[in-house]
Amino acid sequence: MNTLVIAHHPASPAERLRDAAATALIALLLGIPMIGLTTVDQGGMLRVATRWPTLFAFVAICFAGRLLLRYGLDLLRARRLARDQAAAASVGRVVGSSAILTGIGWLALAVALLLPIAFADNRYVVDTATTVLIYVMLGWGLNVVVGLAGLLDLGYVAFYAVGAYTYGLLSTQLGWGFWQALPVAGAMAATFGILLGWPTLRLRGDYLAIVTLGFGEIIRVILVNWTEMSGGPNGITSIPRPSFFGLPFKPPGDAPTFAAFFGLDYSPNQRLIFLYYLILGLALLTNLFVSRMRRLPVGRAWEAMREDEIACKAMGINARNVKLSAFAIGAMLGGFAGVFFAARQGFISPESFTFNESAIILAIVVLGGMGSQLGVVLASLVLVLLPELGRDFAEYRMLLFGAAMILIMIWKPGGILAHREPTLRHLPQGGER
Amino acid sequence: MALALQQLINGLTLGAVYGLIAIGYTMVYGIIGMINFAHGDIYMVSAFIAVTAFTLLAGFGISSIPLALLLVLLVAVLFTSVYGWTVERVAYRPLRGSTRLAPLISAIGMSIFLQNMVQLTQGARVKPIAPVLVGGIDLLTVDGFTVRIAYTQILIVVVTIALMAAFTWLIGSTSFGRQQRSCEQDRTMTALLGINVDRTISLTFMLGAALAAVAGVMVTVYYGVVDFFIGFVAGIKAFTAAVLGGIGSLPGAMLGGLLIGLIEAFWAAYLSAEYKDVATFSILILVLMFRPSGLLGRPEVEKV
Repeated sequence: MNTLVIAHHPASPAERLRDAAATALIALLLGIPMIGLTTVDQGGMLRVATRWPTLFAFVAICFAGRLLLRYGLDLLRARRLARDQAAAASVGRVVGSSAILTGIGWLALAVALLLPIAFADNRYVVDTATTVLIYVMLGWGLNVVVGLAGLLDLGYVAFYAVGAYTYGLLSTQLGWGFWQALPVAGAMAATFGILLGWPTLRLRGDYLAIVTLGFGEIIRVILVNWTEMSGGPNGITSIPRPSFFGLPFKPPGDAPTFAAFFGLDYSPNQRLIFLYYLILGLALLTNLFVSRMRRLPVGRAWEAMREDEIACKAMGINARNVKLSAFAIGAMLGGFAGVFFAARQGFISPESFTFNESAIILAIVVLGGMGSQLGVVLASLVLVLLPELGRDFAEYRMLLFGAAMILIMIWKPGGILAHREPTLRHLPQGGER
Repeated sequence: MALALQQLINGLTLGAVYGLIAIGYTMVYGIIGMINFAHGDIYMVSAFIAVTAFTLLAGFGISSIPLALLLVLLVAVLFTSVYGWTVERVAYRPLRGSTRLAPLISAIGMSIFLQNMVQLTQGARVKPIAPVLVGGIDLLTVDGFTVRIAYTQILIVVVTIALMAAFTWLIGSTSFGRQQRSCEQDRTMTALLGINVDRTISLTFMLGAALAAVAGVMVTVYYGVVDFFIGFVAGIKAFTAAVLGGIGSLPGAMLGGLLIGLIEAFWAAYLSAEYKDVATFSILILVLMFRPSGLLGRPEVEKV
């Protein structure tokens, strides 16, 4: 719609330099108050310290960076233009892409299954892979709400917290096991999902976003302040770890343990690997469940609701039930992930359920390409491994994380695997608004 | 009664600050329809600029309070609006015209980036400044409880009222205001009429940032401490205020800000300070249940 055709002539060196100089000026203005000047505490009083060399370096980097970026972009554009003209004649090579994606999916599954065998002795790899899978599962859960039903949820972490605390309380207070608590926690989270969904049925878009954000904060504030129930900021400690059909992962003792039962030597890695396969199983079940749901009438209704709510109502679809079911199922899946999180950590506190966590899960769904199951896997790999790789420059980690979120979004605004197509489509190329 | 009066004063002060930040949200939403999640962090950046500027001025030996305040306000507004411009140029402009969620994610990324940048360059510790404006007026004393209005509170309310008046004039009766409102209604048509849409949007971001800068300076003077995390809390409160008042409506943002400030002050005084955020958000949910487009917002009419 807002396409503007501009005839590009190759920029002259003078133009490039002027452009870079303007960038450097902006960088200078940005840098003076933050990089050039800082305040240091000196005997209870603040004193201004200067860092002009750093500021100068920053401005110089911005100048050179802009020069190179523009040059690179111009080259890229010229090449793309040439390629487009060449490809204009032969239309459409998109056919095989979905088959390739399915192949990648199976490959990823095989890698996931074999990973703990290959890295049986490497705690760090298995542990990180478990974290990735938790985010994959959360991403698939949120995908129901955001990707399929198109309801923007900024408070998804609340359901994660409800699941984790339900298991934490049931196990420490009533002595319930992991498998007993799992369905109860899921039902509890689903109830909270309906509780959130109910008052927000009439809200649209960004109003819904702020209400869900507020809901997430309400749950967190309650967890921090209701000390008798949740242990307040200290959280719940010594949550029992899941056992293998009643066989605990412990050093050999009186009661039968996993290692003793199978005649293995005890190793603390066995529990890690078990936890890994547990979350892999849960995540795969989630995936299967969601992809089956998509083919049920209710799943079709979610996607239809995302595309056009008014048309849906006109077709006699019950908007209320469809939205509530999306909230409830998304919340239930988040609750399951929360139970696993509590069982894996053995300790939960409100610290783990801040808005940042919601933002990361939402970023996984959107970066992955909304509604794409494989995209969620790719995005969680990127978003979990990026900070892990950045551990060497620990303090710049989150700075780079934020920058990466912006850059990926600019590079691929539709997500890494951009396929926001309804599963069913009547017209070959739909009337996109 | 005396306590209620005191809380009214405190609540109005807090509400004025929320309102100033909320205007930035509401204007940006009005013109490009996105939640500028980094806006709270822009406000945080300005609070840090204010701390540096106050410390510098004290070093130069400028002791006249009005002069110092004016200088700090000028400096903070100038630098913060450059931040506002850059955020839009870097993170949002490339995404204009893509899906609705893309700029939101990029804004969340920007918010994380700004928070960590300030933490890295300015330090993670809380920064206290020497009190700038001390004292106040004792209004009345009832049963040993003195109702007091601090000079800083008077300053905040007066500055906010002045800015609101200036702003109403700017949007209502200047050529920039007309361009801005025209972009809100229809960007394509506005561009066809020869108005530079990109420039108007950039200016909107700079104006929003400038108002956030004023709020940042005021808060620095009022509380005397800043840290790199204040942007998040103030940001979601101000955004709540914007939504409560009806997003896209300027008087709505101010009204929403005042309401949130009052709710918080009274809830903290009479019920419980810990649950004041729960109260804020619950009231937001209740209001939206009955008025889905906020208090002063126009209901969205969707044509099929």
